[in-house]
Amino acid sequence: MTSVIVSSPYLAPGNKLKRLMLRVIVALLPGTVAYAWLFGPGVIINIILAIIFALAFEGAILRLRAKPVMPHLTDFSAVVAAWLFALCLPMHVPWWLVGVGMGFAMIAGKHLYGGLGFNPFNPAMVGYVVLLISFPREMTAWYLPASVSGATLGVADALAYSFGSADISQWDALSAATPLDQVKTELGQNIPIDEIRQSPLFGAYGGAGWEWVALCWFVGGIYLLATRTIRWHIPVSVLAGVLTLSLIFYLLDPQNHASPLFHLMSGAVVIGAFFIATDPVSAATTDKGRIYYGLLIGMLIYVIRVWGGYPDGVAFAVLLANMCVPLIDYYTQPRVYGEQ
Amino acid sequence: MTNNNEIIRNGLWGNNVALVQLLGLCPLLAVTSTVINGVGLGIATLITLVLSNTIVSLIRGFVRKEVRLPVFVLIIASVVTIIELGMKALFYDLYLVLGIFIPLIVTNCAIIGRAEGFASRNPVGPAALDGLMMGMGFLGVLALLGGLREIVGFGTLFANAHLMFGAAAKSLTIHLNQDYPGFLLAVLPPGAFFGLALLIGAKNWLDLRPQEKTETAEPLAEGA
Repeated sequence: MTSVIVSSPYLAPGNKLKRLMLRVIVALLPGTVAYAWLFGPGVIINIILAIIFALAFEGAILRLRAKPVMPHLTDFSAVVAAWLFALCLPMHVPWWLVGVGMGFAMIAGKHLYGGLGFNPFNPAMVGYVVLLISFPREMTAWYLPASVSGATLGVADALAYSFGSADISQWDALSAATPLDQVKTELGQNIPIDEIRQSPLFGAYGGAGWEWVALCWFVGGIYLLATRTIRWHIPVSVLAGVLTLSLIFYLLDPQNHASPLFHLMSGAVVIGAFFIATDPVSAATTDKGRIYYGLLIGMLIYVIRVWGGYPDGVAFAVLLANMCVPLIDYYTQPRVYGEQ
Repeated sequence: MTNNNEIIRNGLWGNNVALVQLLGLCPLLAVTSTVINGVGLGIATLITLVLSNTIVSLIRGFVRKEVRLPVFVLIIASVVTIIELGMKALFYDLYLVLGIFIPLIVTNCAIIGRAEGFASRNPVGPAALDGLMMGMGFLGVLALLGGLREIVGFGTLFANAHLMFGAAAKSLTIHLNQDYPGFLLAVLPPGAFFGLALLIGAKNWLDLRPQEKTETAEPLAEGA
């Protein structure tokens, strides 16, 4: 019998990455359940498809790069990326769309840069943005929550939609502009906010249905903070960026600008702040840098929403801020103790 | 360098303007959304290269070293103007599609690069051959990239062939898949970068393959 002498620390840390990723998945569960409950099971189908595609692409390219396949497939990083990617998609999209997006995310967004830990951009957002600019028709077909339209597509219908064996036009009545889209279009036609908010699309603060999903993301985010999976700097500064800018414009002209609470509770701000912007690989790494990074994302979200061409801007804001990360990190390096 | 075979090999493959020298990327990336656009600009660039190389080589004995670059630019600009007016007269629709990129051939670094690097130091024959081969290499990449982006982006091949070959060529268009949804990214500028990167990668892979085979054969044998 041989005894191995080891030095401290004696508590085995286990597979840290795997544990982190599992916590993120747990934190995503309440929001995902709420999303599927309110908007139909299509989102679950998207998540499953995205995970299958993500693992397939990841495995294939790891093989191609002659890297160990199983350790990377079971660390759940691809699963989390696929999950977040699927949550960005509209509820019902054709299956090949998920495949194209996941292919870009895993191959161009992750492995061409060197794989996990080396990608300067958030892979899930790379995949989503590629789809958004390539397939505007499929990527803007949003469906109403059950509370507004009275019905959502069931599992069988959603599967038929995904795999193209259904006549999509029969569900036209169930799809509509998202609340953010509605606000943007109607403000462009000089309709005051009070009148726009009369539409059944809107709930108490954000969009009908959407605000509950956002609340659940918030709960998941608090869990991530409580378990110290993420640190407070990025989510707080992203939310602060959105709130500050929207508050300034709301106070200046409340008839033509949606309230800060509306901006907070609709679209992808909360999930973006807690789950997407906090990606440890592509985010800034210093504490001060994380605050700048978060504020930049928050402000860009508002700028894109109000003056940009798209109704929501979380993905673009995150990618643009990813681009600035090397610069932010360079200028926010903490002073080494004793140095001038 | 005056060996004809070497000139041909360099122009088409070994020293390819687009894939190795990475010159003339602006028109390369901007107009290759379809095969026909790419070929149209490729032919215009090819003619420019041949004419400018020939003229530069002819006058290489009379131009002082200090003023050679302005003279080269004047020659290239005159040639491009002739081609632009010619295209306007003969292929007006294609001229409209390519637009600003025809006069911009003047600024294609490949052309002044060949004038300065080759034509001004070699006799007329090799200079003209070099222009032809460099132009062919560039044309080939433009056509290939155009084809790649057209297939992925629109699901067609040889669309708008009538711009170059007249109305009879309309039937040349091949639809690969009738209800292809289109992949806008391939048609947008990022698609050009992705496409060019893939082509360069493919060329490097083809170049490295014979070496790798001989290199990896031995350690593999040892390991087994």
